[in-house]
Amino acid sequence: MSTTDTLAVLGAGHVGPVIARLAIKAGHPVAVATSGDPEDIALITELVIPGARPRWAADAVADADVVVLAIPLHRFLDIGPVPLNGKLVVDAMNYWPASDGVLKAFEGGGSSEIVAQRLVGSTVVKALNHIGYHELEDRARPAGAPDRRAAGVAGDDPAAVAAIAGLLDRMGYDPVRLESLRAGRVLQPGSPVFGTVLTLADFERAVREDARSLR
Amino acid sequence: MTYTFGLDTFGDRNGGADGKALSHAQTISNVVEEGVFAEQAGVDFFGIGEHHTDYFPMPAGDVVLAAIAARTDRIRLGSAVTVLSSDDPVRVFQRYSTLNAISGGRAEVILGRGSSIESFPLFGYDLADYEELFEEKAALFAELRKGGPVTWDGKTRAPLLNQDVVPHTESGPFPAWVGVGGSPQSVVRAARLGFSLMLAIIGGPPARFAAYSDLFQRALERFGRPPLPVGVHSPGHVAATDGQAKAEFWPRWRDIIALVAEERGFAIPTEESFDWETGPHGALYVGSPETVAQKIATNLRALGATRFDLKYGMPGLTHEQLITNIELYGRQVIPRVRELLG
Repeated sequence: MSTTDTLAVLGAGHVGPVIARLAIKAGHPVAVATSGDPEDIALITELVIPGARPRWAADAVADADVVVLAIPLHRFLDIGPVPLNGKLVVDAMNYWPASDGVLKAFEGGGSSEIVAQRLVGSTVVKALNHIGYHELEDRARPAGAPDRRAAGVAGDDPAAVAAIAGLLDRMGYDPVRLESLRAGRVLQPGSPVFGTVLTLADFERAVREDARSLR
Repeated sequence: MTYTFGLDTFGDRNGGADGKALSHAQTISNVVEEGVFAEQAGVDFFGIGEHHTDYFPMPAGDVVLAAIAARTDRIRLGSAVTVLSSDDPVRVFQRYSTLNAISGGRAEVILGRGSSIESFPLFGYDLADYEELFEEKAALFAELRKGGPVTWDGKTRAPLLNQDVVPHTESGPFPAWVGVGGSPQSVVRAARLGFSLMLAIIGGPPARFAAYSDLFQRALERFGRPPLPVGVHSPGHVAATDGQAKAEFWPRWRDIIALVAEERGFAIPTEESFDWETGPHGALYVGSPETVAQKIATNLRALGATRFDLKYGMPGLTHEQLITNIELYGRQVIPRVRELLG
């Protein structure tokens, strides 16, 4: 993907605005949508996400090259797959029962694999879920900076993974590609990379050790 | 500009001189002493956050605040926070309007979720309903706080028909805040319901919240409400020197975060991240009185805030260490911040 590609960020809570700002800074046109009227988030976008355009979700998705899901996972269950058909979808959500409660639909499996099963017509990539929203912007660094940190991207479609790896790089992180959504379970709550911000070397070591422990 | 400075506790279970944890009862009775001493040291507000764990045995902070109220005259007393979603807004109003009566009008309430979630399963609520519960209950609480009979109908409790809820707060509504951890939609909701805004900043750079202050005031305008104060709640520890404060706080902080990390499944923070958080751009106020005062003044200015509540203590710190923290905060940090802010 190139910087002319448009992102639709779904969600204006803790996470959505942070991702939207990083994408704007990386040069992308960004629309932000919630389940309601864009007028309700006009003030939020003006002051907290300058440069983003508040839109109805259906319009934002229709015009987007990439859709970022930054909504609570239980709200995802209310979304039908059809509006997202044909889209590259970044799943930034987490199944985190200790923090958000148990969801039967997500018990026993990788949450992004279950998201992908529901979004049959979309290409799903897991990214931007494992660094806290309070740190995501502050830890971003330009390519080559000595204290640059790593961010994971997982998916079953190599072209989609490459596209989002490029986005992460432009946002300020060294992308670490994982070859499947199954392998992306290492980015979930409970794993050694979740909730911390690691250098590339430390991140790759943690992923390797996690893979070994799963064998 | 009038600034207000408070202390908050979660009833962090004290350590004893032998390193073993004190009992829940001893910890709670120490909190009463700490609240009384906070008034003597010149602190404006003392808050108690609701928690339900072995290391924060503090589910009924309003009872503890009542004991402090009986032994003080001036310090304001409130929750920090009340987990409204898993409580009954009518009962919360009644408990804090009773505290308001006992204390001669010194009660406050800060509503929120906190990062604590134990109350949901304990009282039979589903965390997935958090948003709906908070939205509906906060709106009812806003009605109750106005005083006068309330008529209300919703999904989360029995309806009220022209209900007189006692005790009345004859001197007018007591201050009520909503604690917000980083969602702009929560900021707008606080403005819509007419609550003041308490920014709970427990990690990452505080300056990132500056836009939230603007958002809050602009949203108040949009809803036709007068300006309301913005406050900051952050953790910290004050000791004689930076070195001593860090040496006392770091192992306790690491242990409790490690415990929570294990429960919730996130990575345990490193000493490097602690050093960053206690540095000039982080969210922890750990250091000498001068270090902490400089950081508070800088962040109040950056955030357009007029209230600062230091969440003091950490499980394992001794009552004596907490008393020293309170004394330095009240007698040195607060006057110094006032001086810096002119």
